[in-house]
Amino acid sequence: MTMPFYASAEQIMRDRSEYARKGIARGRSVVVLTYADGILFVAENASSALHKVSEIYDRIGFAAVGKYNEFENMRVAGIRLADLRGYSYDRRDVTARALGNAYAQTLGQIFTDQQKPYEVELCVAEVGATSDEDQMYRVSYDGTIVDEPDFLVMGGQAEAVTTEMRRTYQAGLPLAEALAVTVRALGSVGGNGSPRTLPANQLEVAVLDRTRPSRKFKRITGAALSPLLPADTAGRPAEPAPADTPRHDADDAPDSPGSADGS
Amino acid sequence: MSIDRYTGAAAIQSMLRYATSPGSSSFTDFLSAAAPDLLPRQRLLPAGELAAHGTTIVAASFIDGVIMAGDRRSTMGNLIAQRDMEKVFASDEYSLVGIAGTAGLAVEIVRLYQVELEHYEKIEGTHLTLDGKANRLATMIQGNLAMAMQGLAVVPLFAGFDIDADDPANAGRIYSFDPAGGRFPERYYDSIGSGSLFAKGSLKKRWRPGLDRAGAIRVAVEALYDAADDDSATGGPDLNRQIFPVVMLATAEGTARVGDSDLDTIVRAILDERRDQPGS
Repeated sequence: MTMPFYASAEQIMRDRSEYARKGIARGRSVVVLTYADGILFVAENASSALHKVSEIYDRIGFAAVGKYNEFENMRVAGIRLADLRGYSYDRRDVTARALGNAYAQTLGQIFTDQQKPYEVELCVAEVGATSDEDQMYRVSYDGTIVDEPDFLVMGGQAEAVTTEMRRTYQAGLPLAEALAVTVRALGSVGGNGSPRTLPANQLEVAVLDRTRPSRKFKRITGAALSPLLPADTAGRPAEPAPADTPRHDADDAPDSPGSADGS
Repeated sequence: MSIDRYTGAAAIQSMLRYATSPGSSSFTDFLSAAAPDLLPRQRLLPAGELAAHGTTIVAASFIDGVIMAGDRRSTMGNLIAQRDMEKVFASDEYSLVGIAGTAGLAVEIVRLYQVELEHYEKIEGTHLTLDGKANRLATMIQGNLAMAMQGLAVVPLFAGFDIDADDPANAGRIYSFDPAGGRFPERYYDSIGSGSLFAKGSLKKRWRPGLDRAGAIRVAVEALYDAADDDSATGGPDLNRQIFPVVMLATAEGTARVGDSDLDTIVRAILDERRDQPGS
């Protein structure tokens, strides 16, 4: 890469932002929302081995979109930090806020100091003893951290999915209904106008369930997931989405929906 | 050991600087790099009488898995340092670890071991095999060898339910260790601690293959009772204070602790039987 003779800092930052945003938009969406018993994570991910949603600590979960190796790095870092804190203090001293701050610091530093920003958007969520104490933080590629109520959508066509979620989401829904609302919202984009049906094997679903004894995180897969999904199959079947975003040199037309998963 | 070795080309100054370098899934290895002062470490205590020690831990296999039981006494020379110390722990969902030796150090090693297993599971997304868990524990004990030679030995007993075993009726496994970190699979039953010889004598006569849950609990509690009878560093059941041995099971359903009310019944049955048998 040849350095320009002069580029304003604003221009450099704007270019980096655009690069990161494009990378994140090329993948598929992840939705994190509160429901009756805690926090629900739903990701469009056909891979059963590469995960976008993960456990960090007893009450803390992690979800990410973007480049897999980059958010995987962040995920492992978060687990190490959480275990270190829990070990040196006490298990109850590990909080999502502290983790979110650490992520914000790290991503912010990478954004300014490194040649290429991380093309990732992270969510750190913590389930509380009551629904008032549930927390969700969204950390962007440039280190911006936002405390989100109710739900958040990251990656892919996030704005469209958010609009659909705002229309249908309600606080305190039981698990099956919360899942139905989310899966329909995810299926409402990317189908060239018509809704897509997402079966269990194309979704990655997990919960932070406050009714569980000590470790609240639990994945819901296969035979446990299928009966919870909405029964209507009105939409056309969706193409399976990989866990990672497509390579930068893959042929992609960012303006046409449904072609975003190259590979 | 400098930071640069662990962050490579991108030196990240933030809180996550140690955590973002690719590394192993071992929490102990991460601690040695990021916070070595948190490892169970060199103490300058003179060894021997000043450090609390002495115990009996028993483990036995039965039809559903394994059982492990430990007494509650901690001694400092002739004094009882603690009456209700817990020496048997669930190291994770399917395994148990019991400890004998220097009490403070042993509890710290168990705590580190529990985090080690959980850490691996969260990072890798899968459980370690039972042999892998036993190996990790052996490595930790090896790491303690320098202190063991000063007299601050920690000796664990490890038992678990092997979810990968072909035959669920034979899925219970027991491993014993020596202070040098050697690991020995045991068949049937084993015991460690100052009262272990007496406990093993009791198990030799009472244990048999195919015990059910109630039979296994009875055999284990009785072995501890016999150890407490002959070893001053092992505490017997205290009905007055309702302090009973810690008895834990590892089966296909996971780990579970036997409740005090069940133990109360069993202990009273043992005492009644012994009362009618002079010399027992």
